[in-house]
Amino acid sequence: VSVTYLEAIREAQTKLLREDERVFIYGQDIGGKFGGAFKATKGLAEKFPGRVLNTPISEDAMVGTAIGAALEGMRPIVEMQFADFSSVALNQILNNAGTHYYRTNVPVPITVRLPSGGTKGSGPFHSQSMEGLYSHYPGVIVVTPATVEDAYTMLIDAVAIDDPVIYCEHKYLYYHLKADALPKDKLPIGKARIVRPGRDLTIVSYSAMVHEALAVANELHKDGFEVEVVDLRTVKPLDTATVLASVARTGRLLCVGEAFPWGGVTAEVIARVTTEGFHLLDAAPARVNAKDTPIPYHPNLWSAHRPNAKTIATKARQVLAE
Amino acid sequence: MLQTAPRKGKKSTTSKRATHDRFLEAFRWMLLARTLEDKLASLYRGGLITGGVYIGRGQEAVSVSCGLFLQKGDVFAPLIRDQAGRSAFGEPLLDVVRTYLGSREGPMRGRDGNIHRGRPLENQLAMISHLGAMIPVITGKLLAKRMKGEKDFVGLTTIGEGGMQTGATHEGLNIAAVEQVPLVVVVTNNHFAYSTPNEREFACAHLVDRAKGYGYEGHTVDGTDLNACLEVIETAVKRARAGRPPQMVVATTLRLAGHGEHDDASYVPSEMKSELFAQDPVQRTEKFILEQNLLDAAALTKMRAEIAKEVDEAVATAQTEDAPAADEEDWSALSTRHLTDEIA
Repeated sequence: VSVTYLEAIREAQTKLLREDERVFIYGQDIGGKFGGAFKATKGLAEKFPGRVLNTPISEDAMVGTAIGAALEGMRPIVEMQFADFSSVALNQILNNAGTHYYRTNVPVPITVRLPSGGTKGSGPFHSQSMEGLYSHYPGVIVVTPATVEDAYTMLIDAVAIDDPVIYCEHKYLYYHLKADALPKDKLPIGKARIVRPGRDLTIVSYSAMVHEALAVANELHKDGFEVEVVDLRTVKPLDTATVLASVARTGRLLCVGEAFPWGGVTAEVIARVTTEGFHLLDAAPARVNAKDTPIPYHPNLWSAHRPNAKTIATKARQVLAE
Repeated sequence: MLQTAPRKGKKSTTSKRATHDRFLEAFRWMLLARTLEDKLASLYRGGLITGGVYIGRGQEAVSVSCGLFLQKGDVFAPLIRDQAGRSAFGEPLLDVVRTYLGSREGPMRGRDGNIHRGRPLENQLAMISHLGAMIPVITGKLLAKRMKGEKDFVGLTTIGEGGMQTGATHEGLNIAAVEQVPLVVVVTNNHFAYSTPNEREFACAHLVDRAKGYGYEGHTVDGTDLNACLEVIETAVKRARAGRPPQMVVATTLRLAGHGEHDDASYVPSEMKSELFAQDPVQRTEKFILEQNLLDAAALTKMRAEIAKEVDEAVATAQTEDAPAADEEDWSALSTRHLTDEIA
């Protein structure tokens, strides 16, 4: 029996609904038999009547309603149909939920699930990675699970956290990633994981790009390089200590993210390593991001727009050669 | 009812005495709000308040009616010009002056100011400046109460004709109706969104026409007439509590102040100030009280003096309290402290 990344998300929600009566799920097309655009809630509306609720196409009001319910003691999970549409709800997420605890001393325990990242043919409005944008604002926690195990345990942990959590689930991983079983133990939110040890170069990545980074590490291994791959898991708060410890071992840093290049997670990691660990570096750090254009529709363009094993390997060789 | 004839086919069950008491209670909150806000404006002009002061002058009759019919367990999401309603709902005077004066003892502890205050755990939601944002939040409070099995509760939120034009308001009004929560939305058309007049704000004949489109029951009221405001908003609250669809009340007034105290409102045409909707509700109510002998002049003078004393005492208390100290902050926006992002 194997479990996909998507099934792990569904299983986590099943467990949450079963074990915690405060939990409900709020989103578009998730009710009835339909189970959401990606089927992350399939069967749940029937299993948990009145707790998996269809909403109008009103991202702003969906999150606003979740905030109110959270203030009344509930633990709502909001499913955005695509991360891209959460831009309509930025005000509620960042100006309302994100400021609420600081202003009033009353936290807002909402979890917003963002089906993120690119898949072939999805185009500019169904492909975005918004973790950097959310992380820029105070008052929210931003997680980016890259594995089936993390998809499961981090969603359960997100709902337990008293503050707003942005849970970025990668659409490409939904069906492509499988594990043998649901995990028995877990690494907490806020801790990065070294997924492959190495001594020559640290590649820091998160979400789907972790798998591209691992492919590059395998390729470079054939050339005699040992690449250490760090999966951030949580981009806010950033586990700077784990990254610095890795760079201390390798002396070289490459950051890979699927989001747009200006600012963002890769820029933040490099800023922290260069300001806090400049002496650890034997070469200038580098990064690979998507291109600074809207995400193109055609697979030929799309596959060149986002980082991939080829572009990451090219950049990695440059850093190694320096 | 005192000034407004009862609606057809509906008999008032309230005794005349109780009606008078409620009317006078409402007036007292209006006078408190007026006195308090005059004091805040004066402190602002004296340089004792940092940031802005936003007052509800001209809207006291509508606002007090919003707070007066809410009970324990009900939820209130007030907005910028709702001092009378906030006080009637139970907001302590000290919460107001502490927030304006930046006392660390206030509910916002100097982290937010002026009208952005509340006590969410006591069902007074703390507004953000983005208009319409509180409509879905109060909807969520009511939805959760229903999920938890609570009964007989209602929520009331307020907005202006300016705020009625945002996308957030549209989404919020709609989702409340979809969820069929017991909500009353009181819209006050005070004729200006900051400086922008009605003709550049909306193009429908009357904002209450939108009620039907959203699936609300709509009501209109003269916002300068306390009796009318009490009757119409009480009816709306009762209907929402009884399980009717969400209620929308549209009141008409003139904002008798600037957007904030920094604004002289010189853009308000002078002829508008003689319109019926431009009447001062506090003066109008006071005149009515004297004409109807609900109170004599001496009793009114005594009431004013008591209120002035309450306000002065609250201000004096807040002025002796410490301001927040930056070096005592731990600068975390999360209650989950260990997940605070640390940048060296």
